[in-house]
Amino acid sequence: MSPKLLPRSVVEIAASVRGGEVSAESITQASLDAVAARDGQLGGFLSVAADLALQRARDIDLRRERGETLGPLAGVPIALKDALCTKDQPTTSGSRILAQGIDQQGRAIDPWRPPYDATVVARLRAADAVFIGKSNLDEFAMGSSNENSAFRLARNPWNLDRTPGGSSGGSAVAVAGRMTAGALGSDTGGSVRQPAALTGTVGVKPSYGRVSRYGLIAFASSFDQVGPITHDVASSAAMLQIIAGADPADGTTTHHRVGAYREACSRGVAGMRIGVPAEYFADGLDDEVAAQVRRAIAALEENGASISNIELPHTRHAVATYYILATAECSSNLSRFDGVRFGHRAHGSQTLREVYETTRGGGFGPEVKRRIMLGTYVLSAGYYDAYYRRAQQVRTLIRRDFEHAFQSVDLIATPVSPTVAFPLGSKLDDPLAMYLADVYTLPASLAGIAAISVPCGLGSASGLPVGLQIIAPSFAEEQMFQAAQVVEDTAPDREVIPQACQS
Amino acid sequence: MTQAVITSRYGDWEPVIGLEIHAQLGTQTKLFCACETSFGDPPNVHTCPVCLGLPGALPVLNRQAVKMAIAASLALGCKVHEKSIFARKNYFYPDLPKGYQISQFDQPLATGGTLDIEADLGARTVGITRVHMEEDAGKNIHGDQHSRVDLNRAGTPLVEIVGEPDLRSPAEARDYMRRVRDVLIFLGVNDGNLEQGSFRCDANVSVRKPGASNFGTRVEMKNINSFRFVEEALDGEIHRQIRLIERGEVFKQQTRGYNADKKHSYLLREKENEDDYRYFPDPDLPPLVIETRLITEQRESLPELPADKQRRYTKELGLSDYAAGVLTAHPATARFFEATVATGATAERASNFIGAEILRDLKTDGLDAQFPVSPEQLGALLALVEAGTISGKQAKKLYGDVAGTDRDPASRAKELGMEVMRDEGALEKLVGEIVSKNAKQAEQYRAGKTKLLGFFVGQLMKATRGSADPELANALLRAALEQDTKDR
Repeated sequence: MSPKLLPRSVVEIAASVRGGEVSAESITQASLDAVAARDGQLGGFLSVAADLALQRARDIDLRRERGETLGPLAGVPIALKDALCTKDQPTTSGSRILAQGIDQQGRAIDPWRPPYDATVVARLRAADAVFIGKSNLDEFAMGSSNENSAFRLARNPWNLDRTPGGSSGGSAVAVAGRMTAGALGSDTGGSVRQPAALTGTVGVKPSYGRVSRYGLIAFASSFDQVGPITHDVASSAAMLQIIAGADPADGTTTHHRVGAYREACSRGVAGMRIGVPAEYFADGLDDEVAAQVRRAIAALEENGASISNIELPHTRHAVATYYILATAECSSNLSRFDGVRFGHRAHGSQTLREVYETTRGGGFGPEVKRRIMLGTYVLSAGYYDAYYRRAQQVRTLIRRDFEHAFQSVDLIATPVSPTVAFPLGSKLDDPLAMYLADVYTLPASLAGIAAISVPCGLGSASGLPVGLQIIAPSFAEEQMFQAAQVVEDTAPDREVIPQACQS
Repeated sequence: MTQAVITSRYGDWEPVIGLEIHAQLGTQTKLFCACETSFGDPPNVHTCPVCLGLPGALPVLNRQAVKMAIAASLALGCKVHEKSIFARKNYFYPDLPKGYQISQFDQPLATGGTLDIEADLGARTVGITRVHMEEDAGKNIHGDQHSRVDLNRAGTPLVEIVGEPDLRSPAEARDYMRRVRDVLIFLGVNDGNLEQGSFRCDANVSVRKPGASNFGTRVEMKNINSFRFVEEALDGEIHRQIRLIERGEVFKQQTRGYNADKKHSYLLREKENEDDYRYFPDPDLPPLVIETRLITEQRESLPELPADKQRRYTKELGLSDYAAGVLTAHPATARFFEATVATGATAERASNFIGAEILRDLKTDGLDAQFPVSPEQLGALLALVEAGTISGKQAKKLYGDVAGTDRDPASRAKELGMEVMRDEGALEKLVGEIVSKNAKQAEQYRAGKTKLLGFFVGQLMKATRGSADPELANALLRAALEQDTKDR
């Protein structure tokens, strides 16, 4: 049986479920069928909550029949990155350290079940979304190919030998593979935007402080933001609308007004000033990527935006700065995985030190260990000033680059990734090459500003998706969506269906 | 602020001491979550994802704790900074759920205070380096087979008060520690419960030759939770250091524990083995920005501090230093005293009665105090004394009668027939009887042994069960005894 392809739009699904044209149950079933049909191959999910999802969908249908008004995301099947805490449901962050082992199928044995929901999860639930399962990721969101997952390999629905990107690779696979209409990912240095670009989906990194981090298992706290991945811009806007806003449980969220993101999508770009930074079109950018990005920028201009060249001179320091600050924070954030209160604990230890060493030594994968060691090093007495403090200063310079640029432009347009999806395994032995995959997404992360990745066509050589990044000032997500919608509307190849979804 | 003081006690050596005091702030809830702060409950009942350090949980600052810390800083004369930063102090230990303690490091809440002390070296002012906020750790409980972790205390708000190395004797350290505690309990921000660990200190000590400009090698004595222990531990440590130096031995900067039962200290770790805490600003907590308005508000609402109270009690109320000290030993006592005076009682009478009677029956538990009578009851009782309605002796009896009840002293005095006997006729009759019954003593009195008047007063009081008006009794007795002389 070949299930009918799940509708793409979060907005349309919600409207038809709310209007009673389709049941939440049938949508959920279609989503689960797609997972059953394709995820064995795609590896987008670490756990699927089929019964719970169906039960939830029936409840939504029942409430509609009783005449209750349903939430704005009624019946929309959603995948949640497994770094998000879900009450009583498996939550692994892609790590062995939150499970008692891994079975033959690459599933976590007796994974950690948090006693609470992340704020974003609670907000989506309150909006009547239906959670299909927890999506695959690089362990603790550290990676750009999803290959650092302790559990399964995730594959790009456009080409199964290619990476879907990372770290929110599974979330992008769930959406691009037509298994869910939307997903939540988390973006620390590009972990939503890069997989979105590589899988032909839309991915949003909200401004720092826009979305609650409560219940997101932290990688680097001063960078982490939860964001949606969807097929289209309006759907991302609709999801951001629900998850955005101050949270008393997260002191880094702010009280800035939450914009009317859906409405912003239809406003167009006439009169908007869009800057194009030369630093993002230098060596290392693939021609097929550059071509589609330039085409998309031209389309923005045709739609009334004025395009100008700008400079972001400290861009070249972004990778180094990020890998000092993010690893410093992660070295501390991951200290709580000590085997004492939850998750994996190595047995047979004789001393406390051994408990720590064997638990953490056996529980963390190589990339996580590498980053903990890097981060520990840069914070160590005698090195702090040369690394951490210096990197903080450079972060300020990068932030000022953007502040300066935003005095003359409203938005900035750049590529998301220097290449289309790269072959699985191709960068696994070269961490530095992997780190460079984030070169265009890191600066906005360092600056804490908003950015979105929008599909802007397929690469002429590879036939694989290319993403355009639109960067906006902090809390200017509305403007960002305005331009993103125009990019989407003018993008070629929009109806091409990924290989994995074709049969 | 420091002056070189030679204390003969340590021969030709001068101790240099600085204390780091950790005081629990008396908030209802923990510093970064809504869990209750409490003592003595079953393990791990006051925990949540935040204080358990569960993945994904985030700290949110308790504003009440900030207010209390500001009050403490201001009362200790510190400048409260408009911006301070929470930092992570990273180390692994099972009682530290997150693998780091949230504290403040290079940008603390407040800096630069002073405190007046007075101990064996006289009255001096010593410096306070800084006051910062931090969370407490939990508790490891070690059994035979297992060690267990109780995280009820994890996340309890603390202020750390770091003193300058201005103290020059163990007695000064003790006095300093006590005075800091007094300040905090009068602010109501700490319960002063040393036994429960809500007020404790680390003491840094070194010795040097007086006048030397450099400090000697420093030793840190960890976790001292009594005034007596701080004095004992420091005295022992100073002697230990002097012994080592005089023997020509070199010792390393180190951290030591103190066993109060055995009265000796033991090595915990030496400097080179100390953890590198890898402090850095906690990205989960925005900088703590305190508006000037809040600082002003806190400054204006500071209560009278114990040292000021003592000064006022002696200077304005005419009480002795001793009495002022007794009344300011606990904030509740001072409040009780002041409330009693507010009813119209004289300071002296109130002070005397509180010191002699009330404190004996006072029950305190931290900042809570259970007084046997209300200030109003005591005021009414003292008013009866003041008016001469009852005698001092009767007052004590009456107090025993009303203590623990809401009885009204005046009506009880009547009911108990306690009113002073002023019936001259009746008293004269009794006086006559007593004088004739004690003819020998009367004789001696008349022979000039006038001290015997007291004996007669005692007899009269006995006969009236203490109710005779003392002045009248004196006058009548004296008259009767001298009358007899004239009669001769």
